[in-house]
Amino acid sequence: MAMIDEPLYPIAVLIDELKNEDIQLRLNSIRRLSTIARALGEERTRKELIPFLSENNDDDDEVLLAMAEELGVFIPYVGGVQYANVLLPPLETLCTVEETCVREKAVESLCRIGAQMMEQDLVESFIPLVKRLAAGEWFTARVSSCGLFHIAYPSAPEALKTELRAIYSQLCQDDMPMVRRSAATNLGNFAATVEAPHLKVDIMSMFDDLTQDDQDSVRLLAVEGCAALGKLLEPQDCAAHILPVIVNFSQDKSWRVRYMVANQLYELCEAVGPEPTRSDLVPAYVRLLRDNEAEVRIAAAGKVTKFCRILNPELAIQHILPCVKELSTDSSQHVRSALASVIMGMAPVLGKDATIEQLLPIFLSLLKDEFPDVRLNIISKLDQVNQVIGIDLLSQSLLPAIVELAEDRHWRVRLAIIEYIPLLASQLGVGFFDDKLGALCMQWLKDKVYSIRDAAANNVKRLAEEFGPDWAMQHIVPQVLDMINNPHYLHRMTILHSISLLAPVMGSDITCSKLLPVVINASKDRVPNIKFNVAKVLQSLIPIVDQSVVEKKIRPCLVELSEDSDVDVRFFASQALESSNQVMMS
Amino acid sequence: MNGGDEVVTAPAGPPQPLDWKFSQVFGERTAGEEVQEVDIISAIEFDKTGDHLATGDRGGRAVLFERTDTKDHDALRRDLERTDHSINRHPEFRYKTEFQSHEPEFDYLKSLEIDEKINKIRWCQTANRALFLLSTNDKTIKFWKVQEKKVKKISEMNLDPPKAVGNGRVASSSNSNSPTLCLANGGSSGNDFSFPPGGLPSLRLPVVTSQETNLVARCRRVYAHAHDYHINSISNNSDGETFISADDLRINLWNLEISNQSFNIVDVKPANMEDLTEVITSAEFHPTHCNMLAYSSSKGSIRLIDLRQSALCDSHAKLFEEPEAPGSRSFFTEIIASISDIKFAKDGRYMLSRDYMALKLWDINMDSGPVSTFQVHEYLRPKLCDLYENDSIFDKFECCLSGDGLRVATGSYSNLFRIFGCAPGSTEATTLEASKNPMRRQVQTPSRPSRSLSSITRVVRRGAETSGVDANGNSFDFTTKLLHLAWHPTENSIACAAANSLYMYYA
Repeated sequence: MAMIDEPLYPIAVLIDELKNEDIQLRLNSIRRLSTIARALGEERTRKELIPFLSENNDDDDEVLLAMAEELGVFIPYVGGVQYANVLLPPLETLCTVEETCVREKAVESLCRIGAQMMEQDLVESFIPLVKRLAAGEWFTARVSSCGLFHIAYPSAPEALKTELRAIYSQLCQDDMPMVRRSAATNLGNFAATVEAPHLKVDIMSMFDDLTQDDQDSVRLLAVEGCAALGKLLEPQDCAAHILPVIVNFSQDKSWRVRYMVANQLYELCEAVGPEPTRSDLVPAYVRLLRDNEAEVRIAAAGKVTKFCRILNPELAIQHILPCVKELSTDSSQHVRSALASVIMGMAPVLGKDATIEQLLPIFLSLLKDEFPDVRLNIISKLDQVNQVIGIDLLSQSLLPAIVELAEDRHWRVRLAIIEYIPLLASQLGVGFFDDKLGALCMQWLKDKVYSIRDAAANNVKRLAEEFGPDWAMQHIVPQVLDMINNPHYLHRMTILHSISLLAPVMGSDITCSKLLPVVINASKDRVPNIKFNVAKVLQSLIPIVDQSVVEKKIRPCLVELSEDSDVDVRFFASQALESSNQVMMS
Repeated sequence: MNGGDEVVTAPAGPPQPLDWKFSQVFGERTAGEEVQEVDIISAIEFDKTGDHLATGDRGGRAVLFERTDTKDHDALRRDLERTDHSINRHPEFRYKTEFQSHEPEFDYLKSLEIDEKINKIRWCQTANRALFLLSTNDKTIKFWKVQEKKVKKISEMNLDPPKAVGNGRVASSSNSNSPTLCLANGGSSGNDFSFPPGGLPSLRLPVVTSQETNLVARCRRVYAHAHDYHINSISNNSDGETFISADDLRINLWNLEISNQSFNIVDVKPANMEDLTEVITSAEFHPTHCNMLAYSSSKGSIRLIDLRQSALCDSHAKLFEEPEAPGSRSFFTEIIASISDIKFAKDGRYMLSRDYMALKLWDINMDSGPVSTFQVHEYLRPKLCDLYENDSIFDKFECCLSGDGLRVATGSYSNLFRIFGCAPGSTEATTLEASKNPMRRQVQTPSRPSRSLSSITRVVRRGAETSGVDANGNSFDFTTKLLHLAWHPTENSIACAAANSLYMYYA
């Protein structure tokens, strides 16, 4: 047991705790591995610390995960890039552990280190590592190897490149589906580093293997590969090789594969270019929109706007719009809901006439949908349609929909619509709002559910911001202040909360003349909860109002509250007083 | 003679009946010893290679065994040759480890006690010599990793061990901003240390010495709160990343890596529970097609579903049902038709089902009826009333197939289990008792029950002694039932559970 100087004590503890019984302490030490490394110096880090870590790799997964992450940024501590290869052995073992997240982190760190390594070192140590992992006895090593090829490949000499491509091709046909999945996931990255002639031959044949895999889960991932590969190929090659695969996938037996196509179709269209999109992918997309499986339709419906944007309006009207019409009355509410969340975006694509003629009826029917999410999704995107056709055409149907949502028995629905009120107000304009929606906003302040009252108070503030203090003075403030006499103390509390939110928007004058008296009055309330909330609100008003008002009105009230019989009231009152003192001092 | 029996792939004619011999017993009861309820085995499963065997019991424990005859083969070869044991090798297992998988729980929301009893154990893909398995009780599925860990001895600390521990906690629990961590020449910002370029030579890394290893089981994931009813099956998918869990009314699909969400893929719960006529009794994934799974019902049907068709697989792809014989309907018809277990054969072409009376083998390409039926309990037909009275009629017997698909096995009462040849033309039918002398029963059992079976299959019987026959044929003991058994994936070896004892046989 060595004697350690006092100043070294903490770092000595940190090192000892690398092997503590307590996992938290080990984790703590591993997270500060860089500190330990600097204390040991570069040479001893290389010769002692790194081998030490390599040997002690049967720790708990949490510790291994932290180790994998730390080692990724360790190059400076081992003496720079020329020594980077000493970091490979511990990460290589971490690439083989059972826990997926540890392996992924180790692969990430290896990529990070590999990207900085010198070409010579890559050939001498990184590439052999990749080959060892790819030939690993357990599938875990082989899974990890797939994620390293794109780092190893570019610096390999020609012969080695051929070998690496052959190895990757083997991995694409591994017995274990986990390995094939990893190969499918990483194919795009690897392909990006492969030279064009090999891309067309070797990579495409690997891709073909994967697209014909028995396992749905592998084919699924190959779909993503389509887009990545498509972008690397020449347009004509892409149309020749990738397009048929996509079209095939869009008719795959497995709904999960078709779902994936529906989700990725936009990227796939970008990959194959506009012409094949029109000729081949539009029919494929139409099929997906009419798929038997609701999940597929949900995914397809969610992309309708994005897809239409890459088409010309005629094609969209001719092919997509009829499907949209069908989807708007789909039997699955989730399909309608997905459609409703994007359909407003179609308006700018189709132009004013088509929108009024074709889309408007769909908007209107979705606004009357029995499922609240559908209506909410339409309302949330109102601004997009407003830009094209103006709100007037919609406003008549809008109001009943809003009122119904505002009174929905599920408070989450009410909450959602409240959050859209400021948006609606800005779209519909002051006039419409005053007539129809003003009353609703007041009604929410008296809701049974706290979250609704809280949101309503916020809403009042946002309306005041939107329409300005003058309007608020006329249309909101009097109504809000009226409610301070509500017999229920929780509602009086909501009003106090609204006041504290409104005050900064309304400015000093109105606060002093209108809001403050109400608050001062409330300090006489019989409920202590109201009283200490008064203290809190008063504290929040101090920075807004004039110093003289603080002296004359706020402080006397707080002083009175600070002598209240209730301990909480006294506490918040004295806190408010303290802060008013501070304001005065500054 | 054993060597002859190994040749089961002889093309001509059905394979010869196997000669079963006792191999091993774990947890054998001594005479007069009473069986503790918690020790009763409730699940048995071999892993894919057959190198490991797991059992679960009513006390929530999982016990693992490992095969010894292959592993130590090289080392033992010389001994074997010397003692002239040469060819008579059969799977032998030894106790490996055990762990408490489930504990009794109480669901406060529903005021329900949840038993710790293990309903099913399934092995998952082995990686890096670490074993992985899923175990489930009525409600909660757990994912276990069993791994050898080095026992570490740490020496060469920087500080004296007691001091290090005591102060270590203080130093580490305070973060780096704490003044105690500032070195004399350290940055006063306190965020980190600064060191001389060569490092500090007096510091040293702990030296770890470890020779021994220790098996450690760790629960890696808990898949909970997804089942309203009791889980009866779990089954791994061939894709290596998903598994299903089935309860009475629903089947959920999980990703092994994600424990907080699952997808409901089958839901047979009617809108009104009074309309309930059929429940799910067992479910299993196809061994190679990741999109196919089968589940059995209390009405005696098996449904094959294709996960590719739709996200919710309430409508089956294929329905396997045996048409009811006309005029045979009785009060018990539906109860005894209920399937207690289904298993796919290794090749995925055949499925085996067990109902109260019989084993049935189905070809997944033929849904009109089973390709073979093996009567197991036909002799109990006159006694169904008694069996109903004492609830035995609801016993859930498991079934299994040999790795080569040529034989099937299932349990019965009096700790008996039966093995049938299912290759075309085979008449093999063996009854064994789970004891050290598996053939003893053939000597003692009354001939009557056997005779009713002999009309369908040939019964292996040894000796003609019929002494000890109960005149009423009541020698069957309904309290000793052999519910759980498993066939080794590659060899003719069976593990079966008689109460708390695990018996192993080979042929």
